[in-house]
Amino acid sequence: MWFKATESCNCIEPQWPADELLVKYQYISDFFIALAYFSIPLELIYFVKKSAVFPYRWVLVQFGAFIVLCGATHLINLWTFAVHTRTVAMVMTAAKVLTAVVSCATALMLVHIIPDLLSVKTRELFLKNKAAELDREMGLIRTQEETGRHVRMLTHEIRSTLDRHTILKTTLIELGRTLALEECALWMPTRTGLELQLAYTLRQQNPVGYTVPIHLPVINQVFSSNRAVKISPNCPVARLRPHTGKYLPGEVVAVRVPLLNLSNFQIYDWPEVSTRSYALMVLMLPSDSARQWHVHELELVEVVADQVAVALSHAAILEESMRARNLLIEQNVALDLARREAETAIHARNDFLAVMNHEMRTPMHAIIALSSLLQETELTVEQRLMVETILKSSNLLATLINDVLDLSRLEDGSLQLETTTFSLHSVFREVLNLIKPVASVKRLSLTLHLASDLPAYAVGDEKRLMQTILNVVGNAVKFSKEGSISITAIVAKPESFKDARIPEFLPVPSDSHFYLRVQVKDSGSGINPQDIPKLFTKFAQSQAVQTKGPAGSGLGLAICRRFVNLMEGHIWIESEGIGKGCTVTFIVKLGIPDRPNESKLAFAPKVPGNHVSTNFGGLKVLVMDDNGVNRSVTKGLLLHLGCDVTTAGSSEECLRIVSPEHRVVFMDVCTGLDGYELAMRIQEKFKKRQDRPLIVALTGNTNKVTKENCMRVGMDGLILKPLSVDKMRGVLSELLEHRVLFEAI
Amino acid sequence: MDVLQLQRKLREHQAAMLREGFLDDQFSQLQKLQDESSPDFVIEVVKMFFDDSEKLLNNMTRALGQVPVDFKQVDAHVHQYKGSSASVGAARVKNVCATFRNFCETQNLEGCVRCLQQLQNEYSLLKNNLQYLFRLQEQIQAAGGSIPTIE
Repeated sequence: MWFKATESCNCIEPQWPADELLVKYQYISDFFIALAYFSIPLELIYFVKKSAVFPYRWVLVQFGAFIVLCGATHLINLWTFAVHTRTVAMVMTAAKVLTAVVSCATALMLVHIIPDLLSVKTRELFLKNKAAELDREMGLIRTQEETGRHVRMLTHEIRSTLDRHTILKTTLIELGRTLALEECALWMPTRTGLELQLAYTLRQQNPVGYTVPIHLPVINQVFSSNRAVKISPNCPVARLRPHTGKYLPGEVVAVRVPLLNLSNFQIYDWPEVSTRSYALMVLMLPSDSARQWHVHELELVEVVADQVAVALSHAAILEESMRARNLLIEQNVALDLARREAETAIHARNDFLAVMNHEMRTPMHAIIALSSLLQETELTVEQRLMVETILKSSNLLATLINDVLDLSRLEDGSLQLETTTFSLHSVFREVLNLIKPVASVKRLSLTLHLASDLPAYAVGDEKRLMQTILNVVGNAVKFSKEGSISITAIVAKPESFKDARIPEFLPVPSDSHFYLRVQVKDSGSGINPQDIPKLFTKFAQSQAVQTKGPAGSGLGLAICRRFVNLMEGHIWIESEGIGKGCTVTFIVKLGIPDRPNESKLAFAPKVPGNHVSTNFGGLKVLVMDDNGVNRSVTKGLLLHLGCDVTTAGSSEECLRIVSPEHRVVFMDVCTGLDGYELAMRIQEKFKKRQDRPLIVALTGNTNKVTKENCMRVGMDGLILKPLSVDKMRGVLSELLEHRVLFEAI
Repeated sequence: MDVLQLQRKLREHQAAMLREGFLDDQFSQLQKLQDESSPDFVIEVVKMFFDDSEKLLNNMTRALGQVPVDFKQVDAHVHQYKGSSASVGAARVKNVCATFRNFCETQNLEGCVRCLQQLQNEYSLLKNNLQYLFRLQEQIQAAGGSIPTIE
């Protein structure tokens, strides 16, 4: 810029008139510069307005100002090419100054702005990277979650069935679907355990029975770890189909599936690792794809393999229990049938016995009765012999029938012992009396020895005890041709129980019971010790017995043993051998009567010929009865027996009269409760028991209640009216001997 | 009549009484008690029985005549009579007493009245028979014979 040379021109160099072209070009350039300078801010404003975010608006203003002024400067420069006035020069100067100011300010400001702008850019880049990373991870998580869902569904499918086949098939199908496999195969160990057999495949419907030896290194490798292991597609277990793809076959993974049997589970013990057997599951990715096994897929496979193992073991257990249950049902049915058959048999036998009982006994009785009657009539000697034989045989038969019936009742357990108080001595004496005739015929001597400490009375089944003793003694007599038979009865002491023969028998006597031990020794034909066990069995006859006597029914000893057992005892035989005799011993439990000698008076005397008229030598007795007639009768009875009788007609009179001299008081208790009270008053009157007379109730009342009442008030006896002379005699003897007499009602 | 005939008559009479049920075994027991120390034991007891019977029968009649009837009272009397008759062996009387007692328990007045009549009948029959028996015994004893006992 240079001033045109006129008056105020300070320029040093004169104007070049030849460079008009140059001036023209400068002129045009300036014009375009100005234009550009003006259009830039316009563009800026336009685009900033368009964009939503621009943080530095005031920078833009500044920048705009700078450019506008620059443009203005260049525009004003256009007028300075020609001559121009001072105003133009002033404007020019002002413009330049302003431009200078603004551009310096802008330059200074840009120092701050540009780094900021640059950092914004970097942050933007960073965020973009982060976003890309997150996206990738998101994708991964979604895949995993998808996998997890597949596993759950797969497990559910597998566990929802208890059929082995279905489990395995479902596993393969689901795995194939989830992982998009080309092929999936399951190899099971064969029975021998030396080979793996292809059991199931996904695609091939009917797997041909490929087998592969189990001890291949690759298989061992898979079995030794519980993880899914990548194996080569060329190993025998993976080569299922002919390879058709042009490219490499897909990757193959194999995992072990533990097979648990019931026997692997001990109670409270987990299965031993060493005894496990495994199946092999082989999974093949599609060939011709670049897919690779991802970690999460391998994990899925491992999880599935475990689940399959559990499901299989459940199925196995269920199978086992179903089988066991079926077996039990069968057995139950069989047992039920057997039970019903047995019951029918028992019923039939009982019915039979019941019928036979009656049917057999009736004719027997008829025969016996009529034969006895026949015996009474006039018979010739031969006829008599015949009748006697008939009688003997029929008696034997009757006994046999009874024995059989008894035995069956005994076996049933339906036989119950009758318990009564009886005299031991009389039982033995009776046996002796019954056996004596037979023994004397055979010239056998019979001795009975009863221990002195043997109780006189015992509580038990008299009839059956006698039957037992009779049987034993009878056998002794039967099987002895000569010699002697000894019967001993003692009270068994605990020390003597240490018999080695009966080690498990340890009876303990108590206050209410004692053990009676009876031993029958004979010097007869003896028994072979080997035969002894057989003797007690039914119907078994000893072969070695050679006797012409009547053969035993074979039941006798069996019945004896049953009776002895019922009496909580034991019976055994000892013999030294043939010809050396034998000893039969038995121990039975009998009760001790608590009221000394509560006994049943039998007035048909057991021992005949006992009509001795005992005189009671002035025994002082008191009779209390408010009925005159009865009083006189009783008095007469007692007088006849030689007693010194005092009578009382009422309770008060009785109480007045009674004294320690009276040995017995007979009181009538037919008339209400007077008698009981009287008894109690008498007892009160006499403090010492020895002084007190025996109080005996007379009653026509056959009522158990009466008897109980009498016992309750402490009476010493009870007798039923009417009384005969003999009865009264017996009563007095009994009373004086035992001081107690309660007649059985 | 001579002793043997008398004795035969006595035996037959006793047998008849037993057969008919007027007397039972208890009576023979009583006869056994008769010995030298108590020669009239039986007669004494029987006499006592007759007195007792009459007294009791009167009581029963009176008790049944009352209004209202006290059956317990009647029963007590019958009970006593039963006991006495049993002691002497008066079987039929005893049996009627048993029936009488049943009626008393059921408070059947008509039945009781009937039983009472029956009792009175039986008693008179028995009394006559026994008195005849005793007369025979006296005659035998007077003639010097011994009294045959009932077998």
